[in-house]
Amino acid sequence: MDRVKRRLAPYLLILPGGLWLLLFFAVPMIAMLSLSLQQGDVVNGYRFTFHWQNYTEAIEAYNSQLIRSLIYGAIATVILIVLAFPVAYYIAFYGGKRKPTYLFLLLLPFFVSFVLRTISWRQILTDEGPVLGPLKDLGLLSDSYHILGTAPAVIGGLVYNFLPFMVLPIYVALERIDPRVVEAARDLYANPATSFRKVIFPLALPGVFAGVLMSFVPVSADYVNSEVLGSSSTTMIGQVIQAQYLVNSDYPTASALSFILMAVLLIGIFAYARALGTEDVMKVAAR
Amino acid sequence: MSANISDPSFLRGMTQRRFGRRDALRLSGLAGLGAALAACGVQGKGTPGASAAPDAVEKFWAGKALTKHVDFANWPLYMDPKKPELKKFTAETGISVNYQEVIQEMGPWFAKVQPQLAAGQSIGYDLMVITNSFQFSQFRDSGFLAPLDHSKLPNYTKNAAPAYAKEAFDPGNVYSVPWASGMTGIAYDKKKVGRTLTKLADLWDPAFKGKVGMFSDTQELGNFGLMALGIDPAKSTIDDWKKAADHLKKQKSDGIVRNYYDQSYVDALGKGEVWITQAWSGDIFQKNLSDGTEFEFFVPEEGGTIWTDNFTIPITAKAPLDAITLIDYFYKVDISATLAEYINYVAPVPAAQEQIRKDAAKLSGDDKTAMLAIADSKLVFPTDAEYSKLHYYVSFDTAEEQQNYQKTFEPIVLG
Repeated sequence: MDRVKRRLAPYLLILPGGLWLLLFFAVPMIAMLSLSLQQGDVVNGYRFTFHWQNYTEAIEAYNSQLIRSLIYGAIATVILIVLAFPVAYYIAFYGGKRKPTYLFLLLLPFFVSFVLRTISWRQILTDEGPVLGPLKDLGLLSDSYHILGTAPAVIGGLVYNFLPFMVLPIYVALERIDPRVVEAARDLYANPATSFRKVIFPLALPGVFAGVLMSFVPVSADYVNSEVLGSSSTTMIGQVIQAQYLVNSDYPTASALSFILMAVLLIGIFAYARALGTEDVMKVAAR
Repeated sequence: MSANISDPSFLRGMTQRRFGRRDALRLSGLAGLGAALAACGVQGKGTPGASAAPDAVEKFWAGKALTKHVDFANWPLYMDPKKPELKKFTAETGISVNYQEVIQEMGPWFAKVQPQLAAGQSIGYDLMVITNSFQFSQFRDSGFLAPLDHSKLPNYTKNAAPAYAKEAFDPGNVYSVPWASGMTGIAYDKKKVGRTLTKLADLWDPAFKGKVGMFSDTQELGNFGLMALGIDPAKSTIDDWKKAADHLKKQKSDGIVRNYYDQSYVDALGKGEVWITQAWSGDIFQKNLSDGTEFEFFVPEEGGTIWTDNFTIPITAKAPLDAITLIDYFYKVDISATLAEYINYVAPVPAAQEQIRKDAAKLSGDDKTAMLAIADSKLVFPTDAEYSKLHYYVSFDTAEEQQNYQKTFEPIVLG
């Protein structure tokens, strides 16, 4: 009896999560896959016809927005790594007793909805707002100068909103480093730069990897930042999908675009994992 | 795409060539998946070209009773925020009104309520004000609009301007009666622009580079592209659309357009993000009134468009009788007059003009001048000269034509 129980235990443990995934991930995915191959219009209904042209037409019509999203995603991710690493490094190695305070401060913005925070940036950066207004009055900037509606505004918003997603995993990886390992490096006559390059950074890589996973995917698919801070020349693929679903009721194109985006992101992530040496990374990340 | 994968003969050819046990299994799995996929179809409600059956009105209205509450969906800036008309209505009839400014653009509104209406569920509103854009046809052709019982609209019958019953999108006002009409023209900040503007071409003026706002609604945008080239939208062809789209693309690639806006253009103009923008007639008047701004609005020499926002009752409304009672209330001359006094859009009740003059006579000083200005305003009571400059929207005969139009202009907005 005990044996049976022991054998069933793992399945019983996996049951709630499995059911959840089936219901809220697998079923919608199949429904969306079906939608992406349908044909028709919203008044007369969409019918399933294996209409693969939805995919080719979507790529043809919206490749520029797709490419733009990936470029924004890549730029934002690189900036995130550059900004997050020193912060995580400082908290992990020099945080001391204040570590919980620093981490709390990092997470504090999450107590306010990120849409609200993004909209407040809009108020701050607006053409005649508290930042640009005085500079224009002083004649330091031309009257038509603006930040909102440009690519830097959108990428800045993305970086701002996703910074904690990069800091936390890197922090966790750095935190785990045994100080004795770093001491050993120093004992072996590695200067600080070398011990960082050869010891600390490689040990922090799983954290960077996790951070990239947690930020690059949502950043590339984001639509709020471009919607609020951008203009029609910064349209990202998330906005296109949103518009197809919620403005044009063109569900097939929207679904096809979602699958294309998913495929592109998966390929990108796997290529990145491969480049870093997947097995190592996964093993260390799972530790 | 040369080979059509959905072609059965193509599929047969593919499957017969390499048919083995494993393939058969995989195919049966695929077929199962195919069936599962096909089961996820999206239902449409289309009855193309259908007009209401003769007994549709009786059928819908039979057995409907007052519930003493009505949920009303409207656009922002479309009523005095104190809602004096609704308060009066509730006091006189005992019907309470939940008034929500939830409609910002026609496309999203249709997309939002379409699934519920297609499933026969209530959308939470008994009354909604929708524009005569192509989504109006989508609502009507999907059978989402209740046919109106004109015997329950005595004030409308007595007071509405007869011209409205002839509008092409709903001849005879079978499914809708007007809430207000308005014009799409141009608004600008004279202090920043530094001169008086009168033309559509001003939206293409390189002097306003990065300071021009256009509408994100493809119909509003396309109309202006067409009229800038001297083409009447209502008579335009697909070739005209392409020319207009090119003209608009140039405006964008030259960096003249700051962004494409929905109702938020009022805010963008207020913040100085744009200096000159496509605009709806009454909004600017209200903005000036409420925020003390001094923006100008005009109908361009080359032409502007006229549209009508319409009262409609969704077919799944829970309180249609309360809704139609409220509709008719807005056709009382005094109610129509006070509404027009505030929103400054074209009132569907011509007698309201006289009523506003009467109201003005009771006032004195600045208030009186302001009120008389409304009675004489060409934006609220357009003259024949004004009407001659105004065009109707592009009308579509088929869903395909509408999709073509959408595909022509949408890439400009979604850049």
